Amino acid sequence: MTIKDEIKKIRDNVYEVPGSYNKKMRASGRLYIDDESFDALEEGAVQQIVNVACLPGIFRYSIAMPDIHFGYGFPIGGVAAFSMRNGIVSPGGVGFDINCGVRLIKSNLRQEDIQDHLDELVDALFKNIPSGVGSKGKVKLSGNDINDVLDYGAEWAVENGYGWDEDLEVLEENGRIKAADSSEVSDKAKKRGIPQLGSLGSGNHFLEIQVVDEIYNEEVAKIYGLEKGMIVIMVHTGSRGCGHQVCSDYLRLMDKAYKNYKIDIADRQLACAPLDSKEAQSYLKAMYAAANYAWANRQMITHWIRESFEEVLGKSARDMDMQIVYDVAHNIAKEETHDFKGNDMEVLVHRKGATRAFGPGREEVPLKYREVGQPVLIPGTMGTASYVLHGTQTAMEETFGSTAHGAGRILSRSQAKKDYKPEDIVNNMESNGIKIKATSKNVIAEEAPGAYKDVDSVVRVSDSTGIAKLVAKVKPLAVTKG
Amino acid sequence: MKKFEYFDVTADIGFYAFGKNLNEAFENAGLAMFNIISNTDNIDKIKSIDFEITSEDNVSLLYDYLEELLFYHEVEFMLFSEFSVQISQVDDAYYLKAIIKGEDINWDKHERNCEIKAITFHQMEVDISDVVSLKAIVDL
Repeated sequence: MTIKDEIKKIRDNVYEVPGSYNKKMRASGRLYIDDESFDALEEGAVQQIVNVACLPGIFRYSIAMPDIHFGYGFPIGGVAAFSMRNGIVSPGGVGFDINCGVRLIKSNLRQEDIQDHLDELVDALFKNIPSGVGSKGKVKLSGNDINDVLDYGAEWAVENGYGWDEDLEVLEENGRIKAADSSEVSDKAKKRGIPQLGSLGSGNHFLEIQVVDEIYNEEVAKIYGLEKGMIVIMVHTGSRGCGHQVCSDYLRLMDKAYKNYKIDIADRQLACAPLDSKEAQSYLKAMYAAANYAWANRQMITHWIRESFEEVLGKSARDMDMQIVYDVAHNIAKEETHDFKGNDMEVLVHRKGATRAFGPGREEVPLKYREVGQPVLIPGTMGTASYVLHGTQTAMEETFGSTAHGAGRILSRSQAKKDYKPEDIVNNMESNGIKIKATSKNVIAEEAPGAYKDVDSVVRVSDSTGIAKLVAKVKPLAVTKG
Repeated sequence: MKKFEYFDVTADIGFYAFGKNLNEAFENAGLAMFNIISNTDNIDKIKSIDFEITSEDNVSLLYDYLEELLFYHEVEFMLFSEFSVQISQVDDAYYLKAIIKGEDINWDKHERNCEIKAITFHQMEVDISDVVSLKAIVDL
């Protein structure tokens, strides 16, 4: 009998791993997944959901999002909330790329306004926004600047001329977690962060010019400022080497801490510490600082996107109404209050490859969206559609206000390189009217759409289970990759 | 004996590195790593950096060593192709001294492959028998 035989279907697209499966489990597991994905799901990922359910102070469920797959320690596409009173924090539950996230920028442009300039736009974006392995940002930070970036995030960026004051209103956390403390970030992480600030990175990170292809919910789309045929720009990147180093530093620290606190874990990468410990408090402040770095990074990139459009189209970004729709973090842990049977519970919600999907009325949602819930941005893979959804009350009740974050790899990079030729992918995309520019041919083959799970099914499950509802589909016109 | 070989991991990449002793295996792990990022055949040995680390066990030592290589790659904006490593064990601690050689990144000259985000502890192994074999998975 395998672990998957123990899983019960609760309702359409929702499964449960009973808490009785393993006597160390302190909560049951919940999976939001369709039957097809369930059949294809690796046993290892299910075991990871169980391992997380065994951690101290876990509250209600260890939850798997529709894009669940095997990660290191915690699964990717995993959500777990721990009681602030007796729970833990684990760097492995956030991931290496702290505050990896997605930002969507709108405009008043239509496809016909840019069609003849698409090549120039791609070239300008590629030139103005450093990307790829070993890419340096073009900003020279001096003296104490890195500490300000870590402490103030997107606020630092706007104060230093990268973007508009009102941008901050539509970023998760307004682009700055105030509890961050740069003094908890190692010199090594700062040194890795300094040259890379304002760069896209490599792998699955991207920048796309897209067009709104379909509207599923007119009312919400209108509130988000989206309409069919509108040109939008999507950015997917995170905290670069700075965040990776913060994660590594604290994985090492927690590796010692969990033994000292005698916490029983199934895998070294679940290393954690009690929330009231010195180690946990240091990690939280450092992780928040890395999250701020990522918001500053995406803010600077936003500024250069606007400049690139200005340069090519000869109009000001204001005239093109290039406002930010929203910015989400999909690798993060945050202190939140959630209702449970009429009581306010204080919990630390880990979202590793999961997007916050707060529903209507939550004060964390920007005022102008509060009535309908926050925008949820789910990027597709290179050359495929991406989606805008909205947060829901169902998500608040069932998943600590969380949903999926993207597609999730199904083929290894070397397999993708065997299966796909970069030239074929480029030709195929171009015949669909999509331009692509990348720093290397390898990345094009490695990131072939066929190497990923179909994002459409991920979004469909979110929508059908109600943990985020569809608002709009956007499709790429041009892609730049690291 | 092969110096290193790669194995597939869905989202990332793993490698084995081999050596007749711990030092040589660690040196080959450096080669495995920089052949993920670029191609070490085209990296000239112009500049050198040396560093020392101390870790509590040999698996942690491998992790810390690979992390250190990544750190110098990113911070010095360099690629490396020669690694000389001296490991010693003092009481309960493992002590490593390394001299690594390479040159400044020049993407017109160097092959541009993959960015390594981080080193993971996942399935990390240091196996010491007739030959030394190391296993590591890096996050891309």
